[in-house]
Amino acid sequence: MSAGIDLENVSCDFGTFRAVDHANVSIKPGEFFSFLGPSGCGKTTILRMVSGFIEPTQGVIRIGGKDMRGQRPNQRPTALIFQNLALFPLMSIWENIAFGLEVRGVDKATRRAKAEELLRLVDLPGAADKMVSQLSGGQKQRVAIARALAVEPQVMLLDEPLSALDLKLRQHMRAELRAIQKRTGVTFIYITHDQGEALAMSDRVGVMSHGRIQQIADPRDIYNNPVNGFVASFVGENNVFEGDLGAVSDGMATLSTPHGQFRARINAGVSGKGVKLYVRPEHTIISAAAPPENGVHGTVHEVSFEGAFIAVHAVSDSGMKMVAELRNDGSQVVPAIGDQVWMGFDAQRAAILPDADTKR
Amino acid sequence: MQDLIRRYGLGLTGLMCLIVAFWLLMLVIIPNITLFESSFRPYLPVTEIGGPRDTYSFDNYLKVFDGSIETTFLGIPITVPVHVMTFFLTIWYSVVVTVICFALAYPIAYYMAKIVNPRSLPTILLLLFVPLWVSEVLRAFAWWIILAFKGPLNSLLLFIGAIDKPVRWITDYDAVMIGLVYTYILFMLFPLYNAISSLDTNQIEAAEDLGAPWWKIHWRIVLPHAKPGVASGSVMVFMLSAGSLLVPSILGSTTSQWFTQTIQQWMNDALDWNTASAYAFLLLFLCTLFVSVVMWIFRVKLSDIAK
Ligand SMILES: Nc1ncnc2c1ncn2[C@@H]1O[C@H](COP(=O)(O)OP(=O)(O)OP(=O)(O)O)[C@@H](O)[C@H]1O
Ligand SMILES: [Mg+2]
Repeated sequence: MSAGIDLENVSCDFGTFRAVDHANVSIKPGEFFSFLGPSGCGKTTILRMVSGFIEPTQGVIRIGGKDMRGQRPNQRPTALIFQNLALFPLMSIWENIAFGLEVRGVDKATRRAKAEELLRLVDLPGAADKMVSQLSGGQKQRVAIARALAVEPQVMLLDEPLSALDLKLRQHMRAELRAIQKRTGVTFIYITHDQGEALAMSDRVGVMSHGRIQQIADPRDIYNNPVNGFVASFVGENNVFEGDLGAVSDGMATLSTPHGQFRARINAGVSGKGVKLYVRPEHTIISAAAPPENGVHGTVHEVSFEGAFIAVHAVSDSGMKMVAELRNDGSQVVPAIGDQVWMGFDAQRAAILPDADTKR
Repeated sequence: MQDLIRRYGLGLTGLMCLIVAFWLLMLVIIPNITLFESSFRPYLPVTEIGGPRDTYSFDNYLKVFDGSIETTFLGIPITVPVHVMTFFLTIWYSVVVTVICFALAYPIAYYMAKIVNPRSLPTILLLLFVPLWVSEVLRAFAWWIILAFKGPLNSLLLFIGAIDKPVRWITDYDAVMIGLVYTYILFMLFPLYNAISSLDTNQIEAAEDLGAPWWKIHWRIVLPHAKPGVASGSVMVFMLSAGSLLVPSILGSTTSQWFTQTIQQWMNDALDWNTASAYAFLLLFLCTLFVSVVMWIFRVKLSDIAK
C-alpha cells in the first residue's frame, strides 16, 4: 500500500520569515522522491508539514488524495525518520520496532514476531534484545527504518538519515534503502543536501533554494538540463562566463564576454546584460589547435589526477580560471603544466541560464 | 583541591576548608552524636546523672508502644499505641502530600520544559520564586488566614457561587496537607523540570508520529525518562513533609497530630530530651527505611537520583 502526495501552493511562515514559499509538487504512489538543497532551504519544514507537526500557513497537502488539514501526526498514514533517528533509549530494539504496534493494541507475541520479521528485512537478525546504545550508527539507522515500517505507512519520510554515517557505510545504506523501498513499494520522500545521494537514489528530485522549489525532474534532467544557475551549480561543477546577450534564434544565442564570443543553448526568460553561460568541466575540450567556435586560449597551471578522470586547471589569456575533466582512458592527450592550450565546448553542451528563482 | 589552591592560594583555601570543617563538625556531627548518645540514656534528675541508674538501654525507644487507643482500620476495630498511630498517620499523609505534589507539578514541569516559549520561561521561574521571598512562618500564617472559616477563600467561593455554605478547611489533616503541598511543591517541580527538559523533543514527536495518543506518550516515553527526577523530587517532598514541624503546628486542627509535634512535646512540655532524641532518630531511621523500600520497589538506584 502506498499513497501519492500533492502539495498545492504550500507556504510556511515562521513569524515574518518565509521558510517554504509556494511549493507545488505531485509525488506519485510508490515513487522515491528526493528534496535536495543547501542547509536552511526549508527541506525539514516541508517534511514536518507532510507529517503533520507543522500546519502550512497556506496551501493544501493531500495524501492519497485526502486533504490533511487538521490531521495530527498520529492520524496520518506517514512515518517520519528523524534527522537524529530519535530511537527510544530506554526500550530494547524489538520494543522500539514494535512501539507503533503496541499503541495500536497488538498483543505481545504478535508484536515480537513482527519485530523479528522486520529485523530480518533490514538485515539485522538477532539484535532484538539488545539496547539502542549497543548498536553502531548504521545499525541504529536500520532499526529506525524498521520501526517506521512496522506501522505499515503509506508514505515514508526520511530527513537526512545517512548524514551521520561515514562515507563507505553511507554508500552501502543508499543501496539498502533503495532496495527496501523497491521491496515494500512504499512512497519515499527523502531529504538530503548531498547531490550525489539524491541523484543516485531517486526517481525524481526537487531542488530547493531559499524556500522555493527550483526544479523538479528526474536525476538525469536535473544534471543535464538544469533550469537555472542555482540548480546547475548545486548539482555539479561549472565553468561560468558572464556577458551580454547578442542575437537569439532557435533556442541558441550568442554571448559577448571579456573572454570572447560564445554560442550556446538559451533558456526562456533570459535577456539583457550580465547573463551567465554554464558549461560542465567534462564537456570542456582541450586541444592544441583553435576550435571552430567557443574557443578560449590559455595556459595550464595545474593537472590533478582524480582516478577516474584528470582535472586540468587553466587560466585563459583574459585571466579566467577554467577546469576541464579528461577521461582517464588514454583517449585524450593530457597537457603538462605550462602548456599553451585551447579550451572549447560544443554549443549544444553549454547553456545560458537565469539565476535562481527567488520571486515572491 | 589542587585547582582550588592554585586559584585562591594556600591561605584562603586553608581558611575555607577550616570553616567548612568547623560547620560540619560543630553544627552537624557533634550535635547529632550527642543526641544519639543521650537517646539511649534515661531522663534523670540532675543529681543522678552519671549515677548508678544512668545506664544505656532501649527504654526511650520502646516508649512509642505505651498508651494504646481504640480506632478502626478499614472498618475493623483495632487497638494501637497512640504514638505508633501518630507515626503511621504522619507517614501516610506525607505520602499523600508527595502524590499530590507530583500530580500538580508534573503538568507544570512538562509545560515549562516542552511547551512554553523559552523566552517567557524566566518570567515563569520568577513567579514561582516570588513566594519564597516571604518567610515560611508568614506563608503558613497566610494560609491559616486564607483557610479560616470566615476567611477570604470561603467568601470568594460563596461569592462566585461554587459553594452555598462555608467549608471548614482547618479540620483533621486537610489544612496541614494544603500547607505542606504549597510549601514543598517546588522541591518536586524543579527535579521534574530538569529531567523532562533533558528529554529530546524528537522522541516525543517520534512516538506521536508512530500513532501514540498523548497519555501513552507520557506513560511510555516521558515518565520513564523522568523517573530519576520523580524519585528525587518524591524523596525530598516526603522527607521534608514528614520532618516538618512548622506547618503542622500552625495549620493543624484539634484532631491532627504530626510525629514531629510529639517530639516537640517530649522536648518542650515534658522536658525529656532523651526520649525526644530517641523519637527523632526513630523518625529519621524509619523514614529512610521506608524511602529505601519504595525505591527498591520502583527500581530506582541512588546514583540515578544523584544525577
Ligand atoms: N521553529 C522555527 N522557528 C523559526 N524559524 C525556523 C523554525 N524551524 C525552521 N526555521 C527556519 O526555517 C528555515 C528552514 O529550516 P529547515 O529546518 O526546513 O531547513 P533544512 O533545509 O532542513 O536545513 P538543514 O539541511 O540544515 O536541516 C531555516 O532558515 C530555519 O532557521
Ligand atoms: Mg533539516
